[in-house]
Amino acid sequence: MSISRTDIEKVALLGRLRLTEAELDTMTDQLAQIVGYVDQLAEVNTGGVEPMAHAIELANVFKDDEVAPSLPREEALATAPHHDGRGYLVPAVLGD
Amino acid sequence: MSLLQQTASEHLRKLESGEVTSVELTESFLRRIADVDERVGAFLRVEADAALKRAVEIDARRAKGQPIGRLAGLPVAVKDNLCERGHLTTCASRILANFRAPYDATVIARLRAADAVLIGRTNMDEFAMGGSTENSAFQATHNPWDLERTPGGSSGGSAAAVAAGMTPLALGSDTGGSIRQPAGLCGVVGMKPTYGRVSRFGLVAFASSLDQVGPFGQSVEDVALLLETIAGHDPQDSTSLDAPVPRYSQTVNQPLKDLRIGWVREHFGPGLDSEVEAAVRAALDVYKSLGATLHEISLPHSKYAVATYYVIAPSEASSNLARYDGVHYGYRTDETQMLAELEAERKQLAGAGDRAGLEMLDSALVRMYRRTRAEGFGPEVKRRIMLGTYALSAGYYDAYYLKALKVRRLIRQDFDRAFEKVDLIAGPITAAPAFKLGEMAGDPLAMYLVDLYTVSANLAGIPALCLPAGHSKTGLPIGLQLQAPPLQEERLLRGARMYEQATNWHKQRANL
Repeated sequence: MSISRTDIEKVALLGRLRLTEAELDTMTDQLAQIVGYVDQLAEVNTGGVEPMAHAIELANVFKDDEVAPSLPREEALATAPHHDGRGYLVPAVLGD
Repeated sequence: MSLLQQTASEHLRKLESGEVTSVELTESFLRRIADVDERVGAFLRVEADAALKRAVEIDARRAKGQPIGRLAGLPVAVKDNLCERGHLTTCASRILANFRAPYDATVIARLRAADAVLIGRTNMDEFAMGGSTENSAFQATHNPWDLERTPGGSSGGSAAAVAAGMTPLALGSDTGGSIRQPAGLCGVVGMKPTYGRVSRFGLVAFASSLDQVGPFGQSVEDVALLLETIAGHDPQDSTSLDAPVPRYSQTVNQPLKDLRIGWVREHFGPGLDSEVEAAVRAALDVYKSLGATLHEISLPHSKYAVATYYVIAPSEASSNLARYDGVHYGYRTDETQMLAELEAERKQLAGAGDRAGLEMLDSALVRMYRRTRAEGFGPEVKRRIMLGTYALSAGYYDAYYLKALKVRRLIRQDFDRAFEKVDLIAGPITAAPAFKLGEMAGDPLAMYLVDLYTVSANLAGIPALCLPAGHSKTGLPIGLQLQAPPLQEERLLRGARMYEQATNWHKQRANL
């Protein structure tokens, strides 16, 4: 499957990356090469094979719904680049 | 020097008998780090003061006859993707350069409970993505056997630290070979346990269905000791296995009777270096001389393992790394500059009457995400995010991600069938010894193909180990990989120890 530069621009937006013109060029070439290699999976007959999501398939793990201490707000906020002591601060989302 | 030639198990015996104190031991490893790490670059941070303080405390408790843990007083180095409360955990990434973890990874808590001395944090490929440790945002690590060569990766710092005698033990993580491959290239022992054997709680996620924490040491005995310390069920990790953990160190010296060793036809294909092939065949002969029987087996889907891995791992990575958004953790782009940039673009598009362009223009929040991630991530991490986002995007999910999950099951079934006939599988860890730093730069696909022999164990979830099994004519270590069925770590360690006791490769040290 061929990958165009437009595809790469779209994927960069979906992946929340901002790539320079040079990076877009390199990425287009490299992804085409890697995806070209990965395309060999198409030749494997996987009819009737269930997808394997985890290496050791476990039954669902349940636990009681009990109140327990969690990370205090100030400690969670301490890792953030910008906060006001109550919540995370981000650039304005609405109003423009 | 002689102190540094000894294994962790020997150090422990001397600590227990009072022949050496933890302070003396820790000081000698710190001196070794001061002497050689400028050339090797294994450590991102050496925690000398904290380590010595801890050593003093453990010595005092031992002197008073108070209870002490299984690794009491023994230095352990830790890969920089395991969280330690209040300490930096950078994943060798600019985006986490200032991140201090608010909690302990379970393996860190277990090391502390065992009274290990945490001596420092080791270098790695950024977010564990790579096989050379060259993708670290901070420094290169050099192979102690030849400083112009890679130590392998992504746990290259941990492998090099053990190989250079800067620590007796180290932790790494293995998503596609990141413990075993550097162990092989640096001539030490490294092990990836069964998926779920060791808790992933507090391990910074790369590909959650493949990631596993594991030990490095100078001998199989040492690796057994460290594994039994960190393994076991953890309610904080829902994929952790609720199965009893044997005392591996108590049984590791017992040879296995009637051992059936499988060798894989597909492992000896074109591309395998002749010296590596000779070393692996010689290792098979060693097993034969120890009474094991050799059996040719086939893993017919192994040739698809790298392709399968490079769909699944980047897909999971692109999803896991979405959390680095400049909001919750670490780095954020300069907002004033970001808003000025957006405003300039807006004016330019408005001036040109480009309505479509204006509609497509990022919002301030999206531009903040995009600039933060563009500035915070290195090229390999960006490549994996792009690859994973592509494989998961509308129209491609079935063709790539779902298809890869199906081939993954076929790869696992190959192993299940093979293990009906053999107890362990032996083979190469890489097609060739350590390559030169910079040799693979600019060719990501060639770099991915280095993972040929390692990724299958992660896809299948089985335990695998690499131990020293030879040297090239140029003096570079060659590793032997052993693989076992799920949860058969005890068999794997005992089988590896049989080889180790019959050979001297693990006693060879890099000349630094």
